[in-house]
Amino acid sequence: MPFSIQDLQLILPEAFLLFAICAVIVVDLLVKPTQRDVTHWVSFGAVAATLLLVVIDRGADAVGFSGMFVHDAVARLLKIFMLLIVAAILAYARTYLKDRRLHVGEFYELVLFATLGMMLLVSAGSLVMIYVGLELLTLSSYALVALNRDSSLSTEAAMKYFVLGALASGLLLYGLSMIYGATGSLDLARIHLADTGVGGHPSLLLFGLVFVVVGIAFKFGAVPFHMWLPDVYEGSPTAVTIFVSTAPKLAAFGMAYRLLDSGLGALAPHWSLMLAILAALSLVIGNVVAIAQTNIKRMLAYSTISHMGFLLLGLLDATPSGYAAAMFYAICYALMTAVAFGMILLLSRVGFEADDIDDFKGLHQRSPWYAFVMLLTMFSLAGVPPLWGFFAKLLVLKATIDAGFLWLALVAIVCAVAGCFYYLRVVKVMYFDAPTEKKALELPADVPLRWLLSINGVALLFMGLFFGPLLTWCYRAMGAG
Amino acid sequence: MSFELILFYMFAAVLTVAALGVITVKNSVHAALLLVLSFFTASALWLLLQAEFLAVALVLVYVGAVMVLFLFVVMMLDIKAESVREGFVRYLPVGALVAAAMLVEMLALIGVKSLAAQALPVDPAAGENTAWLGKALFGRFLLPFEVAAVILTVALIAAVTLTLRHRVGVKSQNPSGQVAVKPSERIRIVKMESVNKGAPTA
Repeated sequence: MPFSIQDLQLILPEAFLLFAICAVIVVDLLVKPTQRDVTHWVSFGAVAATLLLVVIDRGADAVGFSGMFVHDAVARLLKIFMLLIVAAILAYARTYLKDRRLHVGEFYELVLFATLGMMLLVSAGSLVMIYVGLELLTLSSYALVALNRDSSLSTEAAMKYFVLGALASGLLLYGLSMIYGATGSLDLARIHLADTGVGGHPSLLLFGLVFVVVGIAFKFGAVPFHMWLPDVYEGSPTAVTIFVSTAPKLAAFGMAYRLLDSGLGALAPHWSLMLAILAALSLVIGNVVAIAQTNIKRMLAYSTISHMGFLLLGLLDATPSGYAAAMFYAICYALMTAVAFGMILLLSRVGFEADDIDDFKGLHQRSPWYAFVMLLTMFSLAGVPPLWGFFAKLLVLKATIDAGFLWLALVAIVCAVAGCFYYLRVVKVMYFDAPTEKKALELPADVPLRWLLSINGVALLFMGLFFGPLLTWCYRAMGAG
Repeated sequence: MSFELILFYMFAAVLTVAALGVITVKNSVHAALLLVLSFFTASALWLLLQAEFLAVALVLVYVGAVMVLFLFVVMMLDIKAESVREGFVRYLPVGALVAAAMLVEMLALIGVKSLAAQALPVDPAAGENTAWLGKALFGRFLLPFEVAAVILTVALIAAVTLTLRHRVGVKSQNPSGQVAVKPSERIRIVKMESVNKGAPTA
């Protein structure tokens, strides 16, 4: 029997989210443009309820829809954090969008559709599901990046993203079809069996693997497939940048884990070398180019590239503890980046994007608390103990050394030290430079934004001090004991 | 030589010639029509392989919908053949290099033809391939099929988001308003005193 009622139980959060999106579309149709807040709260409620459904779902690991949908601890953990981040982003983005006449229902619909795509992607049990989940995520992202049609920068970014993204999807699909050709199955579990066995067609499988790695690297934004990242980060409205830069990276990790471990785990010696090269290039180029940036969104884009290098380090080892370290890193990265872009959203006003590093000048004198939150974020991104970012880096470096890539660990450490320069420059600008505007900071009267951003920022310190439970959770999810 | 084989060679020859024509003819409308011809012959080849669903879908979707749209665009754009061919000689070496690389790659791939040697076993229970596809789509592939539907919805929403603009001051008709109009809103009946101007005053 290909379909049973148990399958629906497994997919309940996703199914609920889909119905909620339909509700959001209808609600948005009925409310007046001045009452868009209704759409906002319905969307927020939809994400919160989906999160609740994922949290209370304590069912055993299972596979549904004839192998298409995997319900396991890894998917659950990733979904919980993705939904948390999406909920926070919806709260961060509202004032920014309202001020710029971008507060349209489509923003919420597309973000929710992208979230659905991410949830399906991390639960994919088959090559087909990987592909459709990814397309759902990326198609929504393209439209989101182009949301501000009056800005030529935004349109340019969307075009670049679309063309390069389509190319990457094509390459990934090509690789997936090669794998299907070599193993005769779309099912990741069966592919795993086929490539561990002696049979199969090794050269064809390797050929496919190369394309799959390219597709994954593009999604992460690892060098040399990073070209889209700075333009998209800079060009899209900050409210969209914060979405594109955070939760999809968790989904990309989920995709990499499903494809490389669940599907092609037996080829680990091959792909781990490919990932090592990608990681080394990302670390060096990301950190070096970020130093030259004056636009903070572009700087954070290059910082993302270097962080993706670190994330890939965790995958090299191809052991459960390595994956757990990478997952821990991905979660940490997404939450840190959310605060960094959230600060830009907080400081920006109509006609003032706050996207230059100079716009942060003297922030300490104007608003000590938010300068402190930004300081925590920058220190955490740089990897200064005792913040969260430090422990995340430590764990992936340990995984790298375990995998026998000592040279790569050394490269990573040197790059991390070089990277401190541009993070600390932001701190220096905030604390030691005279403000260009003397008057106190006018903060938007958006209470959820201010509170959530503060909590999110302090969480970076808190998680640095008490990272144990989350780490244990990651280890347990990966089955590393 | 069986009749089927003769048909295959015939269709294959037409397909190859038509496909070559698509990239060589000067007139872009002719190129589009040749593409229609190559789609038709390709679908005939599929029919020979007993893949009737794919054959029908190719004609319906590509010939019926996609190519008609294509023709419209080609006719509207009025592309000058000369400008398209500009730099043909200049880019020829690069193009030839890419083509050669692709050829080598393909040959290398066909080198793994050990997997093509044995034909895949035919499943006798499968029956007609339209029926099989239907069962597969609504059975084993139900979830991706539904997600594909969601993707189409996203495409729709994205298209509306990116193209719909509410402009002010645009003059347009409102048919439902036109229908719902009442006589009293259109005609104002003015009562006037009847004045007799005709009567001459002595």
